[in-house]
Formats: sequence, structure tokens, C-alpha cells
Amino acid sequence: MKMNGGQALMKALENEGVSILFGLPGGAILPVYDPLLDSSIRHVLVRHEQGAGHMAEGYAHATGQPGVAMVTSGPAATNIVTPLCDAYMDSIPMVVVTGQVPYAAIGTDAFQECDTTGITMAVTKHNYLVTEAADIPQVIHDAFHIATTGRPGPVLVDIPKDIVDPNNPRSAMEWRTPKDHDLPGYSPNLHGDPEQIRHAAKLICAAERPVLYTGGGILKARAAEALLELAELTSIHVVTTLMNRGGFPDEHPLGLGMPGMHGNYTAVTAMQEADLLIALGARFDDRVTGKVDGFAPLAKVIHVDIDSAELGKVRRPDIAIQGDCRVVIEELVEVLKAEGGVESQPDRSQWRSRISGWQERFPLTYEQSQPGELLKPQYVLEKLRDSTPDDTIVASGVGQHQMWTSQYWKFNHPYTWVNSGGLGTMGFAIPAAIGAKAGKPDRMIWAVDGDGCFQMTAQELVTATTEGFPIKVALINNSYLGMVRQWQEMFYEERYSEVYLDRDVPDYKKWAEALGCVGIRVDSPEEVEPAIVKANEVDDRPVVVEFRCEAEENVLPMVPAGKTNSEVVVDPSQQDLPR
Amino acid sequence: MNSQSSRYRGAETTTLVVHVENKAGVLARVAGLFARRGFNIESLTVAPTDDERFSRLTIVVGVSSAPMEQVVKQLDKLVNVVEIQELNPIASIERELMMATVRAEPEIRGQILDLVRIFQATVLNVGHDEIMVSLTGSLSRIDDFEDLLRPYGIVDVQRTGKVALPKLTKNVSEQLA
Repeated sequence: MKMNGGQALMKALENEGVSILFGLPGGAILPVYDPLLDSSIRHVLVRHEQGAGHMAEGYAHATGQPGVAMVTSGPAATNIVTPLCDAYMDSIPMVVVTGQVPYAAIGTDAFQECDTTGITMAVTKHNYLVTEAADIPQVIHDAFHIATTGRPGPVLVDIPKDIVDPNNPRSAMEWRTPKDHDLPGYSPNLHGDPEQIRHAAKLICAAERPVLYTGGGILKARAAEALLELAELTSIHVVTTLMNRGGFPDEHPLGLGMPGMHGNYTAVTAMQEADLLIALGARFDDRVTGKVDGFAPLAKVIHVDIDSAELGKVRRPDIAIQGDCRVVIEELVEVLKAEGGVESQPDRSQWRSRISGWQERFPLTYEQSQPGELLKPQYVLEKLRDSTPDDTIVASGVGQHQMWTSQYWKFNHPYTWVNSGGLGTMGFAIPAAIGAKAGKPDRMIWAVDGDGCFQMTAQELVTATTEGFPIKVALINNSYLGMVRQWQEMFYEERYSEVYLDRDVPDYKKWAEALGCVGIRVDSPEEVEPAIVKANEVDDRPVVVEFRCEAEENVLPMVPAGKTNSEVVVDPSQQDLPR
Repeated sequence: MNSQSSRYRGAETTTLVVHVENKAGVLARVAGLFARRGFNIESLTVAPTDDERFSRLTIVVGVSSAPMEQVVKQLDKLVNVVEIQELNPIASIERELMMATVRAEPEIRGQILDLVRIFQATVLNVGHDEIMVSLTGSLSRIDDFEDLLRPYGIVDVQRTGKVALPKLTKNVSEQLA
């Protein structure tokens, strides 16, 4: 079939099952926006290209399908570098199409030219500069394959204007549907080595203090059910890292919640005291391990990851298994069932009682504010958690509010937590929540945002209003860059440098209304729940609820940077308790 | 580059032979990976193979900069990288080419020609008071030659970096015979 490159791009995207595209047109990508009018793909017009990228990420987080964004060349491409890096760090399947100046103009410093593939090489799983219209179908087919298989990640496809412009003869092409992939150097392996899996099963059955250390790979591999089976079969406790919140139910008796720098005491300490860590799709990130030399010093390690480069990158495992988390867990469960041994696991009652002792002595805690004082953010999050449906999807920005959300939310379902873990991108919440809503229109979506974060991407609430994505935003306004303030308090002798944002400027209620949202301001504890209930009832517009919060509240527990996890700082009220 | 001492002598290096797709930007991907992961490249050569779809990189990696396992695994993640071989120096033949211009006043030119003869090097060009020579050989032989030329005054030296192939196994030789 004869067509032009622009039509071929749309057809190729449709063939990959793309139903929604987040983007913003401009000069170099203009020819593609014309065949878009004839396409079945819905386009969401964002207000800033960074928003398009984070929306694509939010969509992927919530649905497991690759998010797709399309923007023009030059400044649009540089604006989407942050979402690309974010998706790269958190292994989010995403495909970004960027316009480029005509092929003959590349390298001449043309208007809105930048070296997009050069700039994004370090923040994508792979990228392409397409030079011929005829290559478009194959490249798009390969791009989606790379983005969604193996360790997922972002792929960028840079398309010069001339090969999609119907007025340019270079855009003429014959459509051929690609059958195979043209990727001789790429073939991800899913299955674990049977020998290593048998060794792992033996180690598990002999362990006295085992902990399942589960990361984002569980969610990426759709392995939550398999993990539940493994945990219940072996009665081993599970910690869920920031990237795997929802990958194991918080309310399950074996669920210990989040470990790491701001993890709860029990999750941190159980890992620290374990004699076996079964790391599944986790990468021993510095925010989880604390000082690596002192991390889980008594533990043997079984490490399962789809990316073999993660095996031994930070901690040398005793058993390394390269493979897909779901496949390997299922293989492991099969071996455990077939070869027995689960029944003869050592008596772990003492270990269980130590764990429940920590849980009793060191629960998450905070001091409720007195009448007339500002709100406690933890209280707001508890109320939000208790006043929203169980399957609510919650997105967050980055900072104190993110940690409190992860700590206080009860995640009982996979794919209900959308956040920026590795890169720590402030401003992620609002666009990511919009992307999640686009993917899951029937679900309630709350974005928990800080005042610093909100000011970075609030413009996308216009997108939410005009495109019909009635998300809800819980704005934790503590008038500070709170996490930085906390570090300056704890580690810089309370010398506060450039962290105060102002309590009353901007007027968030008015701003929300100007963006087309319902704006609500909450000052006192008794108003919190009614405001949430009111927000939940709004279904035709986005809602922003500004919670005016205490500025000096700190996120605890905390493992100070550079310290081992044994030196975790707990709430003052728990300081003198036996550990 | 350190011109005072021979580059490879005693240096902790490993040689990787990397087959990559012959596509635009592949060298930048490999070089960029080494830069951002903090791996050191001691030398790097690129050349086409007999299959025009692929190129062959020979990379000498400083092993002190990172565990070789990480270097190999990270390289392997590049989509355009098709195959990586870590060459065992005992089981491979390594060669490098050096070209050097050396000060050679007519009265000492003979001494340099002696060295050229001993090393079976080649004279490429002769000027009034300089001589250009080349030598292909093992890295240590080139090191030795360079060391012996140095007292005469090396004006310019260019080494290609190492290329290498695995030694043939006995079975293969028998088959060929």
C-alpha cells in the first residue's frame, strides 16, 4: 500500500495497540499531526512536554501497557528528557516520538534542531534516528518490543520532518507490515537456571530468618500473585520497596511494608537481622541498603532479576538467577512443591515473635496537632486512605509527602501506586495521575502533592480539565521544600537555606479555580474528612484540596545518609524502647 | 597518554572483542556507556567484518576501574551489541601497529637502522635528520622497540591500539589439514 511516512507512523502506532497519545505539536512534527486527525488514536493535548512524558509514565504504571508521547524537535525534545530519565530509572515501558529537522538539515544548527538521539542516549533503553520513510514500520515495531520486554524502559524514535511530510518526495513509501524484529543483539531470557533455582529452594528451606525483599520487578513482571503464593507456601515475611508498593498486600499477616531510608522500623530491621534475603526484582538501591558495607551483614542473598547486570552490581549474591520475576517465582514454587522441604523448614517461631515485637514497639507514629494548630500531614493521609475506595490509585510527587503516602497508605492491590522512585522527579504527581486516569477512567485517582512539586507541573491541571480527566489532588502545603528543610534541620544545624516557599503565595484555591478545578482549602482537623468526601463526589472536574500543614513535621523513621540501617532514627517517643 | 613509560607493560587490562551492528551512532553508545559507568578505555579499535551488517570493536579495558563482569553485562545491554568475547591473553594472538618518527642525524642513523633490522621493523620515510619507522607485533615487542628508540628522541609516535583473535584450537588445525 502506498502512503507517506506520517500516515505510516500513525498506522504503525495503531498496529501496536496504541489508543492514546500524550503530546504537543510543533514545527518538525507538524506533518504527523495531520494524519492524526484520521486516526483512531486519541490525542491528549498537554501544556508542557514534560507533562506528556509523565502522563505516558502514569498510564504505563496503571495499565502495564506502554505509554506513548509525541512532541516536536529541539526544546520539546529537551523538555521530555526528564520523563525519559525517570522512566529509565524506574523501568517504565514508554515510547516517545520526537520530530526532527529535515534529514538534510541535521547538523546545521537549524531552527529548533538539537541532537535528540545524542542527548537521550544515556536515558533511554534504546533510541532511533529514522532516516528513511520506509524504515518507519519496522522501527516502531522494534521500539515497542524493546520498551515492553526484558527490563522495560523508554525508547525514543526521532523522525526528521521530510520523511513524514507529504509535500516532500522523501516521504513516499510502500507500507509493509513487519513480521519479525530486526534485533540481532536483543533477546531477553525469561527462565531461571534450573540448577540455581534448586539451590535457592534448599537455601530457603534451611533459613531461620528469611525475608522476601521485593522490588519493582514484581509489578513489571505481573508477579504479585506468584509472590503471594511463594510467601504463603513458605510463610516468609515480605518487604515491598517503594517501587513495589501494592505488589504484596500491606494488610497480609506476612506483609512488613516498606524498607529503606524512610521505611518502617520492622521492615528495616527484619532485613538487617535476616539470615537470608530473597531479592526479587529489587536492585539494592542506596535508599534501601543504607551504607552498603553494613547492610544485612548476616544474610545470604538469593537475587532474581531480569537484568543480569543487577546481579552482583551492589551486593554479591550467593545465588544469582537471571530471569523474569513471575516465571522464576513460579519455577521456584514448583520446585518447592515437588521436592518438599517446606514442611521441614526450621522452627521460625522465635523469628516471628521478634518481628511482631518490633511491630508492637515501633509502629509508625506521630503526635496529633492541638486545636488551632496546623494539620499534621500524616493525619491527612490517614483520613484520605480511610475515606477513599480500596482500589484508589494514588500518585505522588517527590519529597516528604511521598514518603508519608507510602508509609500511611494501605496498599492492598497491585498497580495502585504511581510514583517516581529512582530519579525522584518533583512535579511527577499531577501529570502521572492524569496518565493513570486516562488508562483507568473508572477508578478514583488521587494525586498527593507537595507545595514545591505542585508549582512545578500544576499547568497540567488545565489538561485534566479540558481533556476530561477528573483527578483529585491532595496538596500537602507545609510552605517548605519539606525534605530539604528536614535535612537542614537534622544535618546542617538548623541552618535553613532557600527552603521556605511562602505560606500564602500562591493562593492555591484561586489557582485551582483558575485552572478549571474545584478548589478547597482545609485548615483544621475536623474539616479534613468532609473535604475529602466532597472531593470524592466531584466527577466532572479535577479537584484540588489544599491541606494547610505543619511546617516542621519530619519524616521518621530515618536512616541518615551514610549510616547503616542499624542506626535508624525513630520517633522521639520510641527512642528509649529496647530494640 | 603517558609517553614516558610503555603503556601496556604491567598494566591491569582485559581485552574485549565486541561484535556490534554496523549502524550509525554505535560507537557513541559504547563510548558513552564507558564514560557514564566510570569504566576506563585503554585503547579501542573499530573495523568492519566480512559481514557488512556488523563491525568488530577491540576494546582494552582498565580492570582497576570496574569489575569486568559489570563492564561486560552493561555492554551486553546495549541493543546494538550482538556478542562479547573476553579474550584470554594466553589463548589469543594480539597485534598492534606503531609508526614513529625519530630524530636521526646522519651520523646516528645507522644505530637506528640496526634497531630496525633487529626488530624486523620497516623504514617508511627518511628526512635530513629524522626517520619514520613502523613495526607490527605483539604489544611487548612494540613497547621494547619504543623504549629503545626513545633515547634518540621520538618526535611523533602513533600506536593503533590492540587487535586480537583467539588462538586456533588443535581440532580446528587438524580439520584444516
